Amino acid sequence: MMSAVDDKPTPSREGASSAFTLGPLVAGPPCCTPQTHISIKSVTLSYGRIPAIRDVSLDIYKGCITALIGPSGCGKTSLLSCLNRLTDLIPGCHVEGRIAIDGQDITTPDLDVQRLRRRVGMIFQKPSPFPLSIWRNLEMPLREHGVTRRDELEFRIEKALADVGLWAEVKDRLGSAALTLSGGQQQRLCIARALTLEPSTLLMDEPCSALDPLSSAVVEDLIQSLKGQYTVVIVTHNLAQARRIANYAAFFWVKERAGTLVEFDQCRTLFDQPRHELTAAYVKGLQG
Amino acid sequence: MSRTARDTCLLLGLSVAAIVASGILLLIILFLSTEAWPVFSQVGLLKFAFDEAWYPTEGAFDLKPMLVASFAMSMLSIMLAAPLGIASAVFCRFYAPPVVRRAYQWIIILLAGIPSVVLGLWGLTVIVPLILMLAPPGASLLAGSLVLALMIVPTVALTTQAALASIPQFYWVGAAALGLSREGTLLGVALPAVRSSIFAGIMLAMARALGETMAVLMVSGNVVQLPTSLFDPVRTLTANIALEMAYATGDHRSALFVSGLALTVLVFILAWVARRSGGQVVHA
Repeated sequence: MMSAVDDKPTPSREGASSAFTLGPLVAGPPCCTPQTHISIKSVTLSYGRIPAIRDVSLDIYKGCITALIGPSGCGKTSLLSCLNRLTDLIPGCHVEGRIAIDGQDITTPDLDVQRLRRRVGMIFQKPSPFPLSIWRNLEMPLREHGVTRRDELEFRIEKALADVGLWAEVKDRLGSAALTLSGGQQQRLCIARALTLEPSTLLMDEPCSALDPLSSAVVEDLIQSLKGQYTVVIVTHNLAQARRIANYAAFFWVKERAGTLVEFDQCRTLFDQPRHELTAAYVKGLQG
Repeated sequence: MSRTARDTCLLLGLSVAAIVASGILLLIILFLSTEAWPVFSQVGLLKFAFDEAWYPTEGAFDLKPMLVASFAMSMLSIMLAAPLGIASAVFCRFYAPPVVRRAYQWIIILLAGIPSVVLGLWGLTVIVPLILMLAPPGASLLAGSLVLALMIVPTVALTTQAALASIPQFYWVGAAALGLSREGTLLGVALPAVRSSIFAGIMLAMARALGETMAVLMVSGNVVQLPTSLFDPVRTLTANIALEMAYATGDHRSALFVSGLALTVLVFILAWVARRSGGQVVHA
């Protein structure tokens, strides 16, 4: 099992999260007072009239990795999509309740969703680089968000690629097609692409499940290295992975045909001393 | 009939159909070549490009003006039709409300179905007089290009629409998750993703423009000359064959087959380029 004990406090680009460090990942009181970054209050999400998530309230802490676990169809991905308003793209999808990021309500209709999605990046299960060159994949979103100075572009792209450990692998072939990269490299490119926009939060929807075990391990290490600098919310079906990398875990279950939050706690506590019997059964692999 | 016997019959039937279809094509090329051969062997290839004029009954076989006319006309028409076709496909797919989109799609399909002679008729009675007001004689390179453009817009529009529709959903979602605007997604992701399919569509449209005969013959004036302006009347290779075949004999007839062969080869090249670029796998 990987240890997070030697996680160094990573210096942040901007002052906001620089005071934040993480202690060892053991059960017990956290090393520092958790600071709420994303506050989810009584969120109910329905497709048409059918609720997919019912009355979920959850605080996601700054700089931590929070894993959303639970059986398929319990609304984990739907909840994730609420956090960057990707739910807007689904016809008939309706979200009630309040979600605030850094104290700002993001459920209001007049919100600038493009700015929101710049602050809240998302990584999907299937690596989705665009059919462009590696460089264009990173440059295009930056330009779209108004970064046009050549030196600034180069700085951000090199930094993001270095952060995901791709710089050494691709620096000599930035002009070649992104789809020629391996699956794991593509996924890291997608993470780099999100990082170039300097988000505060990263949403990850089973980022490793489409990768081979070796690439998966590399991406997992990468996600761990993001801890402290970014708030990460990760949906995963791989319980061992959740246990290895997450500081906090939220367990969802389907009740009355809609996903609900059963238990939320520090990851180790949730796995080792679950309070709820559904959680206990699930983490032991007996159900779901 | 047993299962294997039925399989054999099916295989036999399919093979025969495939051999007949491809065989006919080969026979056509063979036929064109043998018909073209007499004049080819006598005057040689260079004479078709560098002779002083096109007086086929007197042994002057300069195809250059017609080659240039054909090429210029199809290029001009594609330059008009490609932006129009691509823009209309993009509008249909991303901006049009559903009612408009359906109506527009119908119009495009209907436009593709108008017989070329009818378009020629329309060109002759509407376009040519309009151009005549600008510069005589009206029947010209420009008139031919305009009518051709109208004819090939549907090809470009429909191939572009099909290409845009083939873009996998996760590109759109991925682009949205990066906070890209609709314009940004369109110009940064969607069009680059399908650029080779769009290019293939343009090549096919160009092949169609090169091969078109009737409408072009009706509106472009049919004077054998190298055009110096858009308003000059020109004669394309296709029009030349259609006009002269009825009375041509001997070397003249053979020379017309040479131009037919040249046209076929050109269209083959375009189709091959289209296939090469359209066959590229753009999405993994």
